[in-house]
Amino acid sequence: MPIENNVILELKDVDVYYGAIQALKGISLSIKQGEIVTMIGANGAGKSTTLNTISGLNRPKKGNLFFKGQTIDRTPPHRIVELGISQVPEGRRIFANLSVLENLELGAYIRRDRHKVKQDLEKIFTLFPRLKERVKQNAGTLSGGEQQMLSIGRALMSNPQVLLLDEPSLGLAPMLVKSIFKALEEINREGTTILLVEQNAYMALNLAHRGYVMETGKIVLEDQAKNLLNNQKVKEAYLGG
Amino acid sequence: MNQLKKILLIILFLGLFLVLDLLISPRMNPYYLQILIYCGINIILAVSLNLINGFTGQFSIGHAGFMAIGGYTSAAFTFYLGPKILETLFLPLWFSKPLVFVAGLLLGGTLAAFAGLLVGIPSLRLRGDYLAIVTLGFGEIIRVFILNIDAIGGARGFSDVPKYTSLFWVLGFTVLTIVVVRNLVYSTHGRAFLSVREDEVAAEAMGINTTWYKVTAFVIGAFFAGIAGGLLGHYLQYLHTNSFTFIKSFEVVMMVVLGGMGSITGSILAAVILTLLPEVLRPVKDYRMVFYSILLVILMITRPQGIFGVREFNWDWLKKIFSRKKAQAEGA
Ligand SMILES: Nc1ncnc2c1ncn2[C@@H]1O[C@H](COP(=O)(O)OP(=O)(O)OP(=O)(O)O)[C@@H](O)[C@H]1O
Ligand SMILES: [Mg+2]
Repeated sequence: MPIENNVILELKDVDVYYGAIQALKGISLSIKQGEIVTMIGANGAGKSTTLNTISGLNRPKKGNLFFKGQTIDRTPPHRIVELGISQVPEGRRIFANLSVLENLELGAYIRRDRHKVKQDLEKIFTLFPRLKERVKQNAGTLSGGEQQMLSIGRALMSNPQVLLLDEPSLGLAPMLVKSIFKALEEINREGTTILLVEQNAYMALNLAHRGYVMETGKIVLEDQAKNLLNNQKVKEAYLGG
Repeated sequence: MNQLKKILLIILFLGLFLVLDLLISPRMNPYYLQILIYCGINIILAVSLNLINGFTGQFSIGHAGFMAIGGYTSAAFTFYLGPKILETLFLPLWFSKPLVFVAGLLLGGTLAAFAGLLVGIPSLRLRGDYLAIVTLGFGEIIRVFILNIDAIGGARGFSDVPKYTSLFWVLGFTVLTIVVVRNLVYSTHGRAFLSVREDEVAAEAMGINTTWYKVTAFVIGAFFAGIAGGLLGHYLQYLHTNSFTFIKSFEVVMMVVLGGMGSITGSILAAVILTLLPEVLRPVKDYRMVFYSILLVILMITRPQGIFGVREFNWDWLKKIFSRKKAQAEGA
């Protein structure tokens, strides 16, 4: 099993189909423990599909996925969360008719260490004080930014080793995006590995250590984030020239 | 402490129901008593369907089918096996008869739960209207199947079912249903049912085994529908498949929708309203069902989320309303 220099998550030559449509064409990537890795690419490139495949919501037709050297190709989604991978899905997908607290508690669904859960809840409240003020509010009535914070908080409640984020900046004002990215930095500093899918390539590459560029189901570029920021092709396609 | 307190509470309630039964049943107008019993049975049906439709978000319109399985199974048990058991048990009848009855009800509930398991499986692949059609079809298949079993009356209906159901049993099982469903959905882990309704993909991404919750909702919902069927059969002493057509299923769906998908309080209230309404409307004779339908339409237009929405009755709420009224009165 490939477990070389603390690689925590690895995809090898993964193909994913939706019916007859091939969404991923031989995706390979590897993420080291403690890294922030970003994945950028145009609409429909297959970024969300990649994250959903890691989460077990999509199944690879070919290729393998490894988490800490263990294959997870056929592991059901709820087992994958138990292993330590948690996703903040595209479009937030909070439970609208439940309260903020109930949303967060559902994030900790798989956990048995009740005591530690309480501490983690407090941590999330320090990270996003706005959530604390609104614990009893129905999540559906939160603003878009607050919902994003809740979605991130909910994913953190499972105490993941790897956090997957699918376009957390979507539809948010620049100020809010900044504060969310600050929170991500903080989360990473505490030891959580992050895989961040973003349209906002500039912000994402500034936060991340490394980046992948995806086009129509394939990875076309892989480099240190700094280098990608200066890469001519990336500049033209994703950073507005 | 808690365990003991609970047991004491249960005994207290059972005693209360028994006293109520013994005091009320013989004195009450039999017509009113019957309505009261129907209210209880309909509450059981509505609350148990709410677990499937309201809390877990699976659209089932096959509740009458589960009810039929429970009704016929328990009736067959008490009718065919009951007398033999009573003979061999050598226990006083006041003790052994309820024993046979409860055994019959539980058997009926269990068989219905098993059917719920079978119907729950398609819910893993089907959603919304497609699932509704499957459950509808399943309910009808059960009905036609029973219609063709001669030993339980077939097209003639199943008569001479022993009269075991009394107010006591209806009250007991109504409260049991409410308590079980309530404890299920409002426990920490029970929130998982709600998460399936709210967003299945997100629920799965949170590590919730959505398959398990969907099937469980069907199994438990069907179990109580089966109990309700048993109570009905042993009250009327007669069962006919015509009582279990999809119209009955729709009636229960209406109770759930009217009360609020995901509100136990709502289901209880709506079950009572929809049981009383046809009776209250008796004076308008032929136009009864017209009025009934019009009232339903008006209710749904004015409160599309149901009477209670997803909320429950609670005391704070009542206090708030009360104190607001008081404040208003003082302000005036
Ligand atoms: N459920 C689905 N059924 C069929 N095709 C799908 C499905 N989901 C995604 N696809 C297709 O797979 C491809 C990749 O989609 P994906 O959602 O992964 O893109 P993305 O990179 O996340 O795009 P965006 O930036 O717009 O979110 C697209 O061509 C899309 O149409
Ligand atoms: Mg996407």
